[in-house]
Amino acid sequence: MNNIIITIDNLKVYFYTNQRCNKAVNGVSFKIKKGRTLCLVGESGCGKSTIALSIMRLLPELSRIEEGKIIYHSDEGDIRIDQLKKNGKKMRSIRGSNIAMIFQDPMIALNPVYTIGFQIIENIRYHTNMTKKEAKQKATELLKDMEIPLPEQRINEYPHQYSGGMRQRAMIAMAMSCNPKVLIADEPTTALDVTVQAQIFELMKKLKEERETSIILITHDMGVVAELADDVIVMYMGNIVESGTLEEIFKSPAHPYTKALLKSIPVLGRGKNQKIEPIRGRTPDPFKRPKGCQFNPRCDYCTDKCFKMPDDFEITDTHSVRCWHYKKVLENE
Amino acid sequence: MNNNKEVLLKLRGLKTYFPIKKGVFKKTIGYIKAVDGIDIDIYKGEIIAVVGESGCGKTTLGLSILQLVEGAKTEGEIIYNFDGIEKDLRKLSNKEMMNARKKLQIIFQNPYSTLNPIITIFGSFQDPLKKIGVKLKEERRKKIGELLEAVNLRREYMNKYPNEFSGGERQRIGIARALSVEPELIICDEPVSSLDVSIQAQVLKLLKELKEKRNLTYVFITHDLSVVEYISDRIVVMYLGKIVELTDAEELYAETLHPYTKALLSAIPVTDLDNKLKRIVLKGDVPSPINPPSGCPFHPRCKECKDICKKEVPKLKKYMVNRKEHFVACHLVEDKY
Amino acid sequence: MENLKKTKLDKKMDIIKKKEEAGLLVNKSQNRALRRFLNNRLAVIGLIIFTIILLATIFAPIICKYSPQRIDMLNRLLPPSSEHIFGTDKIGRDVFARILYGGRVSIFVGVGSALGAAIIGVLIGSYAGYKGGLIDKIFMRISEIMMSFPQIVLVLLIVSIVGQSLWNLIVIFILTGWGSIYRMTRAKILSIREEEYVLALKAFGLNDIIICYKHMLPNALGPVLINITLSTAMFILQEAALSFLGLGVPLNISTWGNILNVAQDISVLRENWWIWLPTGSVISIFVLSVNFIGDGLRDSLDPTQQG
Repeated sequence: MNNIIITIDNLKVYFYTNQRCNKAVNGVSFKIKKGRTLCLVGESGCGKSTIALSIMRLLPELSRIEEGKIIYHSDEGDIRIDQLKKNGKKMRSIRGSNIAMIFQDPMIALNPVYTIGFQIIENIRYHTNMTKKEAKQKATELLKDMEIPLPEQRINEYPHQYSGGMRQRAMIAMAMSCNPKVLIADEPTTALDVTVQAQIFELMKKLKEERETSIILITHDMGVVAELADDVIVMYMGNIVESGTLEEIFKSPAHPYTKALLKSIPVLGRGKNQKIEPIRGRTPDPFKRPKGCQFNPRCDYCTDKCFKMPDDFEITDTHSVRCWHYKKVLENE
Repeated sequence: MNNNKEVLLKLRGLKTYFPIKKGVFKKTIGYIKAVDGIDIDIYKGEIIAVVGESGCGKTTLGLSILQLVEGAKTEGEIIYNFDGIEKDLRKLSNKEMMNARKKLQIIFQNPYSTLNPIITIFGSFQDPLKKIGVKLKEERRKKIGELLEAVNLRREYMNKYPNEFSGGERQRIGIARALSVEPELIICDEPVSSLDVSIQAQVLKLLKELKEKRNLTYVFITHDLSVVEYISDRIVVMYLGKIVELTDAEELYAETLHPYTKALLSAIPVTDLDNKLKRIVLKGDVPSPINPPSGCPFHPRCKECKDICKKEVPKLKKYMVNRKEHFVACHLVEDKY
Repeated sequence: MENLKKTKLDKKMDIIKKKEEAGLLVNKSQNRALRRFLNNRLAVIGLIIFTIILLATIFAPIICKYSPQRIDMLNRLLPPSSEHIFGTDKIGRDVFARILYGGRVSIFVGVGSALGAAIIGVLIGSYAGYKGGLIDKIFMRISEIMMSFPQIVLVLLIVSIVGQSLWNLIVIFILTGWGSIYRMTRAKILSIREEEYVLALKAFGLNDIIICYKHMLPNALGPVLINITLSTAMFILQEAALSFLGLGVPLNISTWGNILNVAQDISVLRENWWIWLPTGSVISIFVLSVNFIGDGLRDSLDPTQQG
């Protein structure tokens, strides 16, 4: 248990907008290991961002954690994050310093009317006892670490004076300013150009190695997963359908959805005549869900048994899958 | 290979500059050179991809071909082959251009704003169909039904509103709409970038099928190079408004010549765990077209930069590599070949 | 550490969850804006009051047996009684009748001016916003000039030239009022102009009039609708103010403002409260209810609000 930093146990998060109840996350359990990158992969509506916001207790007003536990294994003992007051002192002290988050669009995540330096220093001084001078020094070092050129000058500039890639690095700098144990990155490179994306990948790898930060990376891009992940969790319509190490998921996918997803993406280097197969049908309306396994209307392996939600089966001690027919899926390589 | 194909569209020296205005009297103090001298021949029936990162001008290029850019200074020739007669689109009168628009259509990136939210699908198709002379309402209804079925949607969907459809479905409706006027050339501006990964496959397959069935030509604008390899015949790589490399798709991957293209290809995250290219990480950011560097626009980020690269803008030259036409704009390549 | 008390919000969410799990909500595809509007208590109260007053003015002959023009010098300045619910005025006219019939004119002026200003503002705003360039700049300047003109001065000017009349007043209100709706429509059109479906329409070579009025305008009408309701209230108040000063509708036609005109006289103010107090209250209540409706519309049509 020593190498686990966060435990999620049977988490359920429901949304109540428009007077309807949307079971966005419906019973999710996993563990985040120290010093490793975990990728939450899935398409829109699968609930991955919701899990991230739940850990940070940043869910919107008309939603709540219905059931389940979010346990943060801190140095001082286990803390039940789901039971803390959303904007209470304890949660606020954890947020930003122990668990930090970066978002998809840095332009809207950074405050345009304050300098980058001001925003980083504010975070540092809120969580530590540093003086202004010390904090400024630390902030400058951080910018340097994040490979922002001329940090002494850049620290006094505003977000709009930074380019897209630099803003994302500034946001990572802000998130890393208090050396958090866990960094949650919600689609951090989706809005960036490919060559800039590559830079951010290198940066995140460096962070993981140098500071032993656990990274929870949320993405829909399998390419990003292949780049950065150590462990992968595949989600569909609010459930985890498969989880395992990068090798296990990519080389021997055991869930029909994972397999279909990997087959539907054009891969660089395979040429023009590669076969890509779209997944038939569409993601179901969250208010008109299929019975049992959520993927059954689109699944080639579906049988009557699938109208009951499958159990979680362990293939190895790192690889598990939620499908009755996983053995068949593994055979049909 | 390209010699027996008919040329559908020729671009000669196409430039689109956006004036930067300052001061009380809005004096023009400079230009954003979004498209800075493009020469290209597009063949009938091909899918030619235009790739590049933000600021390279690919979207502006697509819109410029269709003359949909407002507030810009344009130069150059856009010569379209109207059943054997070549005409410069920029020289057509307003009426002639309106007529010509039937042949050139566009599909947009964002499926959520590509349809008018307050009218039914049927309503969205009415005006273009009326334009091409489908006079009776019943005839229009029939045609719209056919178009929807061609994109694998049901006829009855024409009575629904856009918000009843998912992103992928809306994109397919947008494609059907573009097809309604029976075009020859379609500009596809990042048509799958906003869609979920598994839906991208559906739309790409559909585009490929439609091209075969209806003998279409696509200019496929995208930043996603894995998609491009799957769908295109030729690829144009753009950087800061200029073409840096142009050749057959397979040739581009097999024999990459321009340093930028090399970096671009190596930067793509690949899902094939065994086949990872060695990554070339570029320094710095994609430059802004307001203040382009001197000489070769790529030189500040190029690892192989020489003195001449800082001073002279390299011209796009044609080389024969592996017996295929391969255009590159790079001083280093000039030396080699 | 845990806050065990369930908040009100929690209880509401529990109810929704139970309904959803029981499958009761599956077919609910009610218009979201309508539902939000009906949930807004003030808006609904406003709507009810507005309807009551409106109907009362329409069915005035049934409700009140007196004609508002009927002069009865024998029964002047009578306080409220069973005969005359709100008493009589200086020349014996039944005040209640005057309020009911006067309401017709006041509401007509309010709604008519608001609609007139809206029609002009929307038509010009759409095209100017869509085309941009010189046309847009010209109309902006014209609207600014007209908006900055002090209304009272304009009224005095026109009254001295053409004389006082109901229609002149409506024209003046429209002339000074179209500017704000013009700007609002223009702003919305500017934001829609960049949407891709507009570009698609241009790519089809459709002419500008069709694109602007058939496709873009309907999308821009949301804020205009709200503005019409709020302008109605504003114009009714303005009419009342001008008529109070004797500059609005000619005194022989009863309007709410005209009734108040007599309150210029301090003795009436002090001793004959039934002439001005009911009228003033009706104006206030009516304007307030229209404002509630307008606010309710604004909140329910706002796409950023949750719920």
